[in-house]
Amino acid sequence: MHLSPDQMIFWQYGVFKLNGTIVFTWALMVALALGSRLVTRRLSTELVRSRWQNLLEIIVTAIMKQVGEVGLSHPEKYLGFLGTLFLFVGAASLCIIIPGYQPPTASLSTTTSLALCVFVAVPLFGIEDQGVRGYLKSYVEPTVIMLPFNIISELSRTLALAVRLFGNMMSGAMIVGILLTITPFVFPIVMTTLGLLTGMVQAYIFSILAAVYIAAATRSRKANPEQAPALAPAPAAAPAPAADDHPTKEHAHG
Amino acid sequence: MDNMTIIAVASIAVAGITTGFGTMGPALAEGRAVATALSSLAQQPDASPTITRTLFVGLAMIESTAIYCFVVSMILIFANPFWNHVITQAAGK
Repeated sequence: MHLSPDQMIFWQYGVFKLNGTIVFTWALMVALALGSRLVTRRLSTELVRSRWQNLLEIIVTAIMKQVGEVGLSHPEKYLGFLGTLFLFVGAASLCIIIPGYQPPTASLSTTTSLALCVFVAVPLFGIEDQGVRGYLKSYVEPTVIMLPFNIISELSRTLALAVRLFGNMMSGAMIVGILLTITPFVFPIVMTTLGLLTGMVQAYIFSILAAVYIAAATRSRKANPEQAPALAPAPAAAPAPAADDHPTKEHAHG
Repeated sequence: MDNMTIIAVASIAVAGITTGFGTMGPALAEGRAVATALSSLAQQPDASPTITRTLFVGLAMIESTAIYCFVVSMILIFANPFWNHVITQAAGK
């Protein structure tokens, strides 16, 4: 039984193996990139527009709205990263209706690389937003005692991101595989339908969690301008309840 | 019982126990979370987008513990490192 698409070998030359994960990942990437390129080649701002443009607009605005609701003040800045994550994971799980296809996200290597992207991107966005000092300071908030726990949580949530997506995708493929041997006719189709739903929910969760982590890294030390003097002497200044997009990046000094 | 039998028995039994016990807590927790979210939805239907989003994220967090148990069981059954070690040793003799 194939536990993951890593074990589907298409082509092998010496130590170089072309396994299912690589093939399906590149097929998805080509399909997504070519599809978006074809659609955005003839964009129109008139009332009459192609149905594909409508589809893309719906997807992009929906992602932007969701990202904005999480609390990121400039969603369009993070749209490229978060939207790509969502589209890739979503497309990877939606394509299971194609026979012979196995989702590349059912391989731990793919999900680990996606989680590592988030792991790298969160400090980058945080440093870009509040500087190196400001970002590093968020590790020793509220006290220095929290430093190891903050670092542990940074690592463990990356592991959780990877294993969660992998476990869900792998279990979907495996349940269908097991059911095929027990009740081969109708029931696997029902489970595949459930797999479509699970895959979309997982794609949503993956990108929303990435957005939440980025939001936590970027806006947590921003205080409101009128509240900043009042909060300044307090050692454990609570994070600002609503992150406005005011230009000054004042930090409450602990 | 030789080593292989002990490893096989232990792996199979522990895989079942892991999934069985490991899904109990998350199942109860997810039930509580969904029940609370439903009652808040009934009280405040206007806040449904926020509640639903938070519910999904929370469910994913809770569910990940069950997924860990599932992954451990799958490793024990299909990709058992101890079993592979014994097999390679036996093949090497």
